[in-house]
Amino acid sequence: MSTTYGDYGGRYVPETLIPALDELERGWSEAQDDPAFAEELTRLGSQYVGRPSPLYETKRFAPPGRRVVLKREDLNHTGAHKINNAVGQILLASRLGKRRIVAETGAGQHGVATATVCARFGLECVVYMGSEDMRRQHPNVERMRLLGAEVRGVEFGTRTLKEATSEAIRDWIANVDTTYYLIGSCVGPAPYPSIVRELQAVIGREARAQMLDAYGRLPEVVVACVGGGSNAIGLFAGFVEDTEVRLVGVEAAGAASLGSGRPAVLHGARSSVLADSDGQILDAHSISAGLDYPGVGPEHAALRDSGRAEYVTATDEEALAAFHRLAETEGILPALEPAHALARALDLDAELILVGLSGRGDKDLAEVLGR
Amino acid sequence: MAGPGTPELARAAEAGGADLVEIGFPFSDPLADGPVIRRAAERALEQGMRTAECLECLRDVRAAVSVPLVPMTYASLLEAYGWERFADDAHDAGAASLIVADLPVDVRPELRRVQLVAPTSTDERIDLAARLTDGWLYLVTVAGTTGARSELSPALAPLVERTRAVTDVPLYAGFGISTPEQAAAAADLADGVVVGSAALVAAEHGPSSLQEFVAQLRAALV
Repeated sequence: MSTTYGDYGGRYVPETLIPALDELERGWSEAQDDPAFAEELTRLGSQYVGRPSPLYETKRFAPPGRRVVLKREDLNHTGAHKINNAVGQILLASRLGKRRIVAETGAGQHGVATATVCARFGLECVVYMGSEDMRRQHPNVERMRLLGAEVRGVEFGTRTLKEATSEAIRDWIANVDTTYYLIGSCVGPAPYPSIVRELQAVIGREARAQMLDAYGRLPEVVVACVGGGSNAIGLFAGFVEDTEVRLVGVEAAGAASLGSGRPAVLHGARSSVLADSDGQILDAHSISAGLDYPGVGPEHAALRDSGRAEYVTATDEEALAAFHRLAETEGILPALEPAHALARALDLDAELILVGLSGRGDKDLAEVLGR
Repeated sequence: MAGPGTPELARAAEAGGADLVEIGFPFSDPLADGPVIRRAAERALEQGMRTAECLECLRDVRAAVSVPLVPMTYASLLEAYGWERFADDAHDAGAASLIVADLPVDVRPELRRVQLVAPTSTDERIDLAARLTDGWLYLVTVAGTTGARSELSPALAPLVERTRAVTDVPLYAGFGISTPEQAAAAADLADGVVVGSAALVAAEHGPSSLQEFVAQLRAALV
């Protein structure tokens, strides 16, 4: 299993967690070798999540002369790609005999996905969420509670995903014998980035086959939003070997870990991080809680350095405009996170463009209407 | 935690009977720390205590006391400053060694530092840490973050036993030790105790309060 991506990744965590990460790595490796695990994952994917998610070509959203095709992860159960990872990791947690699950959440989509699978599997669920995110994504807080999860507000620092992640990891350190940490993105100490990538790679595998089926060819460009980067890494996974396909990740302009970051260590891994010259982590700023994170998955940092993927930004205003445009031209409310990808897709010079529509926008109504 | 008052506090700790003083170099996202040390780090950062200022503080403390000084920090500071350069400059400023809370023994093993072992560590990892450590081993008494607990962790005794089986280096126990009673119980098992959060709380009331607290710990160990 890959534990580093070039100089990125690794395990920068307190010693207490190392044996748990070793156990996780063994458990994951055994699960991948076990046909029953793959069968169960596929069965839950089709019956519970609603896979495969459709491809949909926009009719009025795309500018003249362009074809913009959406990979509709927003149509999954719980409304985002996050459920792909949550289902896979809950099967892994069950194999490891863990009965208590902790998770962090920013926009609340990962928290909802985790609460959902915990309800399905009868496991205790504690979700850490920054109090600022609890305010701006309140419907998801209520959803998690209805699903039986305990939502613990984090009241210090930026009160967003960065602090929620730190608190989830601290909880895990204190309860490591009984607890599984169900991380929500391709970040954190190894082996988490590769586990999340493999579980989200279903997006790219399906999308590649669906493109060939519908168009007889691959898209010229694949575009996805990048916060921690799990939906992008999953979508890119299907096309990374197709070197003629451009891979474009879109970060929030105020949270551009890849565009404006530097090498630093955050949440257990070395990656490209918004940090000052002393290695202190800086605050990110985005209208989208899911992108409001100063770090990014280590594999994205390596893809940037190698030039295989390129990373650009979209501002809050551009994302909002794309949100409204998709709603008004297609009857689809996107989440604010993929609205960043939609914004950049509009000005790409390519004829056939695939965009990862990673989640739906119901959770963002208050934020959008408040503007 | 490094700050303008640190030399005076270190003098008080030494006068109270401390054999060694840890100085926190604050990090914005300290995963191994509970609320007391996390808040102290936030305050230190607000006061502008970045790496250069912390090294200057270390130099000032070195001039003020004669006990060994050990900076305790996180990997991101070393990544930014340069790993070897950080160690070199810390030694130049008077550090006896380093503690990096999120750098397990098999990551950058060439960096000489005080290694930490935990109740969850395997025997193989304890053996590796004992061989690579710089002077003494830091025994983390609990699975958890820094901060006071109501009782001494029952995990310490078996951890000491497993560690003693592979090494003769001094074993200092820390995390969750806040009272003279807990310190005495831990010192019955290990060679020394590390008190962090409780000392920071005492130091918030000034040097004399810290000196009195350290003296109580010292008295409990005799």
